[in-house]
Amino acid sequence: MRINRLTTDKVLAHVILVLIGIAFVVPLLWMIFASFQPNATLSLEISKHWSLSNFGSILADPANQRAFLNGILLSIGQSIIVVVVAGLAAYPLSRYQLKYKRPFMYVILFSTSLPITAVMVPVYELFVFMHMTDSLFWTMMFLSASGLPYAIWIMKNFMDSVPVELEEAAWTDGASTLTSLRSVVAPLMIPGIFTVGIFTFAGSWGNFFVPFILIQTPAKLPASVTIFQFFGQYGSVEYGQLAAFSMLYTIPAVLLYIFGQRYMSRGFSFGGATKG
Amino acid sequence: MSNASVDVVPQPSKLKSKRGFRAGHTGWRAALFMLPSWVLLLVFFFVPILLTFYFAFTNLSLTGASSAATQFVGFRNFASMFADPTFRISVFKTIIFLIFSAVIGQQILGLLLAILMNERNRAFRSVIGVLVLAGWVTPEIVVAFIFFAFFSNTGTFDMILGWFHIKAIAWLYTFPMVSVVVANIWHGTAFSMLVYQAALGDVPKEILESAEIDGAGRFQRLFRVTLPVIKGSIATNMVLITLQTLGLFTLIYSLTGGGPGNKTETLPIYMYQQAFSDYQLGYGTAISLILLIIGIIASFVYMRMLKIEM
Repeated sequence: MRINRLTTDKVLAHVILVLIGIAFVVPLLWMIFASFQPNATLSLEISKHWSLSNFGSILADPANQRAFLNGILLSIGQSIIVVVVAGLAAYPLSRYQLKYKRPFMYVILFSTSLPITAVMVPVYELFVFMHMTDSLFWTMMFLSASGLPYAIWIMKNFMDSVPVELEEAAWTDGASTLTSLRSVVAPLMIPGIFTVGIFTFAGSWGNFFVPFILIQTPAKLPASVTIFQFFGQYGSVEYGQLAAFSMLYTIPAVLLYIFGQRYMSRGFSFGGATKG
Repeated sequence: MSNASVDVVPQPSKLKSKRGFRAGHTGWRAALFMLPSWVLLLVFFFVPILLTFYFAFTNLSLTGASSAATQFVGFRNFASMFADPTFRISVFKTIIFLIFSAVIGQQILGLLLAILMNERNRAFRSVIGVLVLAGWVTPEIVVAFIFFAFFSNTGTFDMILGWFHIKAIAWLYTFPMVSVVVANIWHGTAFSMLVYQAALGDVPKEILESAEIDGAGRFQRLFRVTLPVIKGSIATNMVLITLQTLGLFTLIYSLTGGGPGNKTETLPIYMYQQAFSDYQLGYGTAISLILLIIGIIASFVYMRMLKIEM
């Protein structure tokens, strides 16, 4: 009896999981198949004629090349700024006894969870008054600021786990604080730097709303906005190209996830911090 | 304390800073290190928040008579907001969207996945995990295109329904809210799944085993043991995904544009249309102040739940 019930439980669990898995993969199929079909429609068709022509047309268009380049510049620029600025800020927060540390960390934690959407209208107003609209540089600065609170948290936690003794040894040898931060702490923080860098890059690459509001000139737009405009202009005709564009735009996000997984896999635990 | 050293969710650190660590001019040195982050946060984060509180009470506009001279209008924006039936509709749509896509959809599906996957073999688990994660990794705008095709009246979903002789319909026009809710569940569930997978690892095996020996069935074990142990994670996850869903713009905007009519017009879409399509920036700011206040309250709740020791 008991064994029977255990096996039915097991079978049921597997069946439900397989069904959920199928439900998650089915919506993706259209994008994958349509991207290889020159005359794709909105229907899921598995044709015998596979072709890379959709990818070719998307990549050959100088406007799209420009959009991918803008997206890469924006995302890499933001990642570097966030890693450096958050790393510098995390150092005193991790190492010094500061009077304002507690309130500062509260403000940081508070800012991590605020939805950016809620401040986009005033941010646009600020950009108009300061004549900063339509600039990749200022958009990058705003994106960096919005990614900072989270990055400072993660960086501080990683830095806390780097032993102080190693730095003290460096100082004895005459190294300055900045030198020891660069040559002793930073190498030991590689996992933290990668976590913050990958998260920032992925968030920036996928961000549509911020550049959509702050940048107007088509030549300055990153891929996230260009793909939306492509959908508006040709989306109702060139479904194959839309699917190919989507694939090309999604691939960096997937690669980053695979690359970053070993840093992130230990995360996602609220652990002892939550005693609800 | 958690067993995880790397945290996606902010966590207090174990180590306390050493008192008197390189004492002397640490105050100045610390300020210097933190200066770049202070400047960036101040200019691009706190100034806009303060501006929200100011402009929400003005008639700021980009076109028309009021664009030349911006005036303080008191609570007029809020008065017209609460009198506007579209605003009330969009509050209602936001609540519906929140409840079905975040609270019910992502929470329950994420928890179900984590529980069912808990004691399966590794290979099976990672295959299912990868399929669910695919939705999470896909950028929001691409999620919108995928579901635009999936729910079209010649799309994959109607094709599957056709196997069961159910007539094809244009889901985005007939059931737009259902469509955006499903798309957001597809995109967001992996986050809750990962959170609950981590949380279930903290449930002591011995308690579950002794409950089983005492004759507790699988539902009793779930409701009497597992859920009480992970209730902190459930609450924290609830606040986090509520905040994420509240600010969701791209997915809805590119999938339905808030339509047809205003059937999927949540607060962020309404805010965008007032501020950037109708150029009523003052009024748009008043709507974003409402969003901001809800966000601030939820953030405070989140901080209370984490019970930080710093």
